[in-house]
Amino acid sequence: MSDFRFFVDPIRCIGCKACMQACSECDTHKGKSMIHLEYIERGASTQTAPMVCMHCDLPTCAAVCPADAIKRTEDGVVQSSQAPRCIGCSNCVNACPFGVPRYYPEIDQMLKCDMCYDRTSVGKKPMCASVCPSEALFYGTLEEFQSRRGGKPQNSFQFGAQTITTKVFLVLPDGEMGLDMDVISHMDARFEPDAFDHLDPFAHLELLPMEQPQTLRGRL
Amino acid sequence: MVKPPFSQEEFLDTYGPTLHYAPPGGFSSVEDYDALVDTHCCFCGQQCGIKLKVKNNAIVGFEPRYDFPFNKGKLCPKGIKRYLQGSHPDRLLHPMRRTEHGYQQITWDEALSETVTKIQEIQAKYGRNSFAMLSGVSLTNEKSYLVGKFARLALQTANLDYNGRLCMVSAGAGNKKAYGIDRASNHWEDITEAKVIFIIGTNIAECFPITTDYIWRARDKGAKIIYADPRMVPMARTADLYLPLRCGSDSALLMSMLHVIIRDGLTDEAFIEAHTTGFGDVRAAVADATPKWAAEITGVPAAKIEQAARWYGEAETGMILHARGLEHQVKGVENVMSCANLALATGKIGKPGCGHSTITGQGNGQGGREHGHKCDQLPGNRDITNPEHRKYICEVWGITDEELPGKGITAQEILNEIHEGKIKGLLSICFNPLVSLPDANFNREALNKLEHYSVIDFFLSETAQHADIVLPGSLQEEDEGTTTSGEGRVIKINAPVTPPGEARRDWEILLDIAGRLGRGKYFQFNNTQEIFNELRLASRGGTADYSGITWEKIVDTQGIFWPCPQTTDEGKVTMHSEHLDDRHPGTPRLYEGGKFYHPDGKAHFNAVNWRESAEVVDDEYPIWFTTGRVVSQYLSGSQTRRIGPLVDQFPHPKLELHPRMAKQLKIKTDDWVTIQTRRGEVIIQANVVNTIRPDTVFMAYHWGGKQSANLLTQRALDPISKIPEYKVSACRVRLASPEEQAEGERTQFLSSRTEKNLPAGYNLAERRKELRR
Ligand code: SF4
Ligand code: SF4
Ligand code: SF4
Repeated sequence: MSDFRFFVDPIRCIGCKACMQACSECDTHKGKSMIHLEYIERGASTQTAPMVCMHCDLPTCAAVCPADAIKRTEDGVVQSSQAPRCIGCSNCVNACPFGVPRYYPEIDQMLKCDMCYDRTSVGKKPMCASVCPSEALFYGTLEEFQSRRGGKPQNSFQFGAQTITTKVFLVLPDGEMGLDMDVISHMDARFEPDAFDHLDPFAHLELLPMEQPQTLRGRL
Repeated sequence: MVKPPFSQEEFLDTYGPTLHYAPPGGFSSVEDYDALVDTHCCFCGQQCGIKLKVKNNAIVGFEPRYDFPFNKGKLCPKGIKRYLQGSHPDRLLHPMRRTEHGYQQITWDEALSETVTKIQEIQAKYGRNSFAMLSGVSLTNEKSYLVGKFARLALQTANLDYNGRLCMVSAGAGNKKAYGIDRASNHWEDITEAKVIFIIGTNIAECFPITTDYIWRARDKGAKIIYADPRMVPMARTADLYLPLRCGSDSALLMSMLHVIIRDGLTDEAFIEAHTTGFGDVRAAVADATPKWAAEITGVPAAKIEQAARWYGEAETGMILHARGLEHQVKGVENVMSCANLALATGKIGKPGCGHSTITGQGNGQGGREHGHKCDQLPGNRDITNPEHRKYICEVWGITDEELPGKGITAQEILNEIHEGKIKGLLSICFNPLVSLPDANFNREALNKLEHYSVIDFFLSETAQHADIVLPGSLQEEDEGTTTSGEGRVIKINAPVTPPGEARRDWEILLDIAGRLGRGKYFQFNNTQEIFNELRLASRGGTADYSGITWEKIVDTQGIFWPCPQTTDEGKVTMHSEHLDDRHPGTPRLYEGGKFYHPDGKAHFNAVNWRESAEVVDDEYPIWFTTGRVVSQYLSGSQTRRIGPLVDQFPHPKLELHPRMAKQLKIKTDDWVTIQTRRGEVIIQANVVNTIRPDTVFMAYHWGGKQSANLLTQRALDPISKIPEYKVSACRVRLASPEEQAEGERTQFLSSRTEKNLPAGYNLAERRKELRR
């Protein structure tokens, strides 16, 4: 089972939140999702980024935990905090370089993704990677991943002087992705592609001259 | 007739929508269950396989169904949370009569005899066709077939139509004209073999999420993606070529692509010669459709149109996918035929990696449109005006031709005739026209004019609130049967639980009404499998031939693709379903070897000329208005607007507009805006995003009442398919006044209630924040 790896490929993410909804079904965290999904910036793009625990080989969260409440299993899964030990200090929340653990005041405990240990330890796929419709979350061996798909899986990350290797791979796109999200830049000259700077969506805009009568001119 | 008898607040407290969050027994029951039952999700045409967890006659959770070949465990959020529609506090548990003082609980006997008396009175007074039936294709094949037979033989009315009229009919009509059959051309596995995939008018990621994986699998093998849509929807974001066409301009783009393909010699002349007719007319029709011409209409640069045409034309294999964006237009059928023209001209059809498929939207949108659910259709996709087709069905049903009504009118036309006072009575099931049909104000007026309206439903939908008699029916998981997925795969729906309270299975209610109308002899069914077996016989020899399919075979093979005709001499002539054989393996890929389903065995080109949409922008209404879905809601939301976690993902409709337009109108994200068309107005909040054309605004349509996008859309219909033009209207937009904002806020407040008694520690506020982000 330890040949199985978890891959996160944000380019494929369609923002559907099936992963969150499925994770929230688990009876160990009843209704809460341990996977987090962010819109990078909805105004500028539909790109979303799912974030699971990266399951570090040397987990910083566990290292800073004064109560030794975070365990890493032999097969490399960093567990959620153990309820009897966790003192709710949030050291882990602050220390994790990926921003994964969260403190839940209603139970005074840190909870995080444990790669569905109830499932993965018996050979099943984690819930989120099971349901993800576009395989932005993928669970399988590295060979399987590489034989089937493009993208560069990476599991070594540099944070200042700290190098972190993880059980979970982040998939980077092959080559440059020339993604211009502003629809205007894909339209014809009437829509003046250069008139718009999508980094600052509200800063600049003049009334657009248009040729056709049935356009925005007149009213706007 | 009467107004809903409650204040909105009172109504909300009793009938919802209530946001339901936790399984019966709380989350601990999710890991504590008696059985895991294989079935399918009911919330889109992909019909993902899913396992439902059952305990004490209630669905308590789900488990991925890894062995179902279509989705292999994958699900979208609707599938995951679908189980929450069971054990729902809003569920209708007993028959009701609406009075001036509210809803009154009555017995089944009272409810059914009142319905039957009214049917008889109205028909005696105004004629048979003055009583209409509306139905829907979230129903199984068995129920769809039954409804078709029920309307014709029990109600004896011609006026039966269904909500597939708002969904699949343009594709159906276009497919039949081009290929002589109405089905997606290939099983989805073929998508992965395509070298180029041309996607037009479908937000695949949000409406057909599982299909994204098939497309990525093709891309992993080097396929190029061309994506045409007025919005940069999530899948368009990574497309190799994105064509931001103006809504309603699809046929100009498609004509121009064909122009380039012909001009550059990319046609497959041998295929055209051997397997098609009518190419000459099409060649002439696109002779002047230059990219420059199309660029002016579509707003897509000419160079990109050329690029798209060459990529599609030059590739060895290619697939065209479309859905309602292209079909929900007065040119819906023309647009579908234009796609077919592209596929046929390049010979990209009937081979692995080659095809032209519409993506079915509604749960059983494919199967439900084949077996006599439409006003002009008989089982097996037969034509109700064709004497031979009528003869065969009369024989199966044991009636004479005089007893079989003729062609009726379509869904929106039925509402129009109700409004005109020609149709006086209505029975509906599985249809929420007040939310789903265009021009909601008009349809509300119509419903209020009915002399009698009985509804079969499981929740009191916006439309059901207008009914005089409410008959509580069944959810998908409470009744056994089959559906047909968008691929054309016939699959088995299981019923792990029984209807709660006094609610009954839909088919049992219909049988009871038929019996009370004195027509019981035509409806001698003891279970839905018997209905299916009659359907097999009735569909035999039609284009949608299910005769070789049995429930057992479906279960053994994980689904069978129709057509699945008879192979034995006896099977071809018998009039007893038990003598039908089940040897045919089914047909995952249509048109292999260039064999089409027209009597001449060929595919037909259909020339399309450019014309404008029914309504275009002008000085008064200068902005294009278009509608669509979000991933967390299904159709009119009657089911999904009651599932808390799904609502939290996207609680209210928002108006998407481009920063350039927003700047000009001084609108920022979350500002309240008023959108007006010639039909009505809607006050909602804005979402300023640069992923939409700067001359177009978008709103999702899943909400009712004052949040309904269909207050704004128009009743213009495609002349052939009679699909309404949801996707193209002209509107104006401005910041809402303080009074309007107050009204908008009140509407939001009244749109749902949160369930009481959430499990301890559920922390709803935090969860909502997370999901909404
Ligand atoms: S399920 Fe997959 S595609 Fe959907 S939001 Fe999660 S990671 Fe993205
Ligand atoms: S692996 Fe399991 S616990 Fe972790 S985010 Fe995915 S579903 Fe949640
Ligand atoms: S709604 Fe469609 S994609 Fe989502 S789980 Fe159901 S069938 Fe699958």
